Amino acid sequence: MIELRNINAAYSEKQVLKSVSLRINQGDITALTGANGAGKTTLLKVISGVMRCDGDVFINGSPLHLMSGYERAGIMSVVPQNIPSDIPLDGYDFVMLGRTHRLRRFAQPQREDHEAVREAMASTSTLELGDRFMHEMSGGERQRLALAMAFAAHPRIILLDEATAHLDLHHRAGIMRLLREMNREKNVTVIMAVHDLTLAGRYFDRLIMLKEGTVISDGTPGEVLREDILNNAYGCPVRVVHLPDGLGAAIIPLENKPACETIEPLLS
Amino acid sequence: MKKRERYLIVLMTLAAILTAAISTLCGPTGILLCGRDFFAWSPLLELRVLRTATGFFVGAALAVAGCVLQTILRNPLAEPYILGVSSGASVGAAVVMAAGLSISHPFLLPLGSFGTALLAVLLILGIARGAGGLDIPQNLILTGIVTGSILSSLLMLVITFSRTYTIRSLTWWLLGNLQCVSWQLLILCAAPIVLGIIYLIIESRTLNALLLGAENAHGLGVNTRTGIPLLICAATLITACAVALSGIIGFAGLIVPHILRHRVGANHRSLLPMSALGGGIFLMVCDTLGRTLLPPHEIPVGVITALTGGPFFLYLLKPRRHCRK
Repeated sequence: MIELRNINAAYSEKQVLKSVSLRINQGDITALTGANGAGKTTLLKVISGVMRCDGDVFINGSPLHLMSGYERAGIMSVVPQNIPSDIPLDGYDFVMLGRTHRLRRFAQPQREDHEAVREAMASTSTLELGDRFMHEMSGGERQRLALAMAFAAHPRIILLDEATAHLDLHHRAGIMRLLREMNREKNVTVIMAVHDLTLAGRYFDRLIMLKEGTVISDGTPGEVLREDILNNAYGCPVRVVHLPDGLGAAIIPLENKPACETIEPLLS
Repeated sequence: MKKRERYLIVLMTLAAILTAAISTLCGPTGILLCGRDFFAWSPLLELRVLRTATGFFVGAALAVAGCVLQTILRNPLAEPYILGVSSGASVGAAVVMAAGLSISHPFLLPLGSFGTALLAVLLILGIARGAGGLDIPQNLILTGIVTGSILSSLLMLVITFSRTYTIRSLTWWLLGNLQCVSWQLLILCAAPIVLGIIYLIIESRTLNALLLGAENAHGLGVNTRTGIPLLICAATLITACAVALSGIIGFAGLIVPHILRHRVGANHRSLLPMSALGGGIFLMVCDTLGRTLLPPHEIPVGVITALTGGPFFLYLLKPRRHCRK
């Protein structure tokens, strides 16, 4: 369980998070949404311990600041927004970095480490990238390997910052399906910063909407993806079109009237 | 460590032994040993062995320091000489030499060198961070070059106020000279170099994680707040000891790790030992060339490394210009 109490965080003099208090239970699959600069990435940095803040962060009841780095990494894996393109490692060694906290100083990776890496690469369809250098890969391939690196750590919590942004539709759906499976079968907590509200409504059980560093809405997709809340969060009028068969909702900016007019008759 | 990497390390070890033997035997007077006294220990042979050993340790130290700085700063151009660390180290060593303490208290040479090198590193990183951050490669390089120039001026000041007979030895030392004065000094400098390299190899797990940048390494569990300063301290220590031994030798820390990283990858468990061996081989070869190319004259090893490393540095800059277009 993750608990945030009265979190305030700032870059230089700019306040980015203002008195944020949250509780995310073990096994929740949660999306952080909001406009650019709303504080999604900063909130993930605070939870992962990268960014120091005022307030208290508790992971499974333990204060985050008292946990050692490797203890923290054994519980939480972070999938960053951008993976540097010039890393001179092959795909296999890159995924092995996810096992950093389990490797002893200068010890060779053990059989269980190799098994964890192969399993993570198989689940993200990246086994064929094992021998290729990272700088020879596309952004999408690197992103899939970053997910494999996080999975290889066998974490209880996965934090993802726009992790599917570089992926095509097929791989995006595949990764989301995988995250849901991990969540359901292994009770892994998933917290992901998401821009794509349709994706958020389709795959996440809980949405937290941020605006200017504060939580303005927190609930199920049906409770958060409302036109008045979205208008307030993004400062532009939107239309929420509810899709049949439990497919969630399509969010369409009202500037795109032809799309609304085309879709709505089809759904009614 | 993969099989190929293990195989390469063994191969490079053999190459280092072979290079050391050739470097010891070859000199301006031709092949040193022949005839019945093949294994006889002579003062000239002793000087050659001392010189070859100095070359190996200095080359290993500079290449490993370059490799570590390139990883931590995520900058392929980072190197002790270009960043001004070598210049910083040389100021401390020059002060000890000018004060005439290097013979009576040889331990002061690496100590003074390390002290000023550490100050230079703190200054360079502080200025670069204040000037827009360490993530901008050009920012750090420019800061290093400017700080290095200022420190070089300080060095000139030290030389100006030195005694006449000290000036000649200081100038020769500054050009990059592997003629170590004594076994005692070699041991005093080589011991911290070996310990520093061992520490850095032990920390290869941290260095591998830092390939992703400090923030992502933190996510992998690395304590970047204490880990990075310790790694920089170790890289500075081995650079300072190398400078105390041989003066300023540029570009050795740039070429070797760069080529190895692109050939065998950046897994530091194998990259650091290979860089140490490669750096040692590189400097022993450069020194042998310096001694044998224009007999009876000797070209300082720093001149040879600059003549090979300078164009390589420009070659590394070239694709960046293309990228910007």
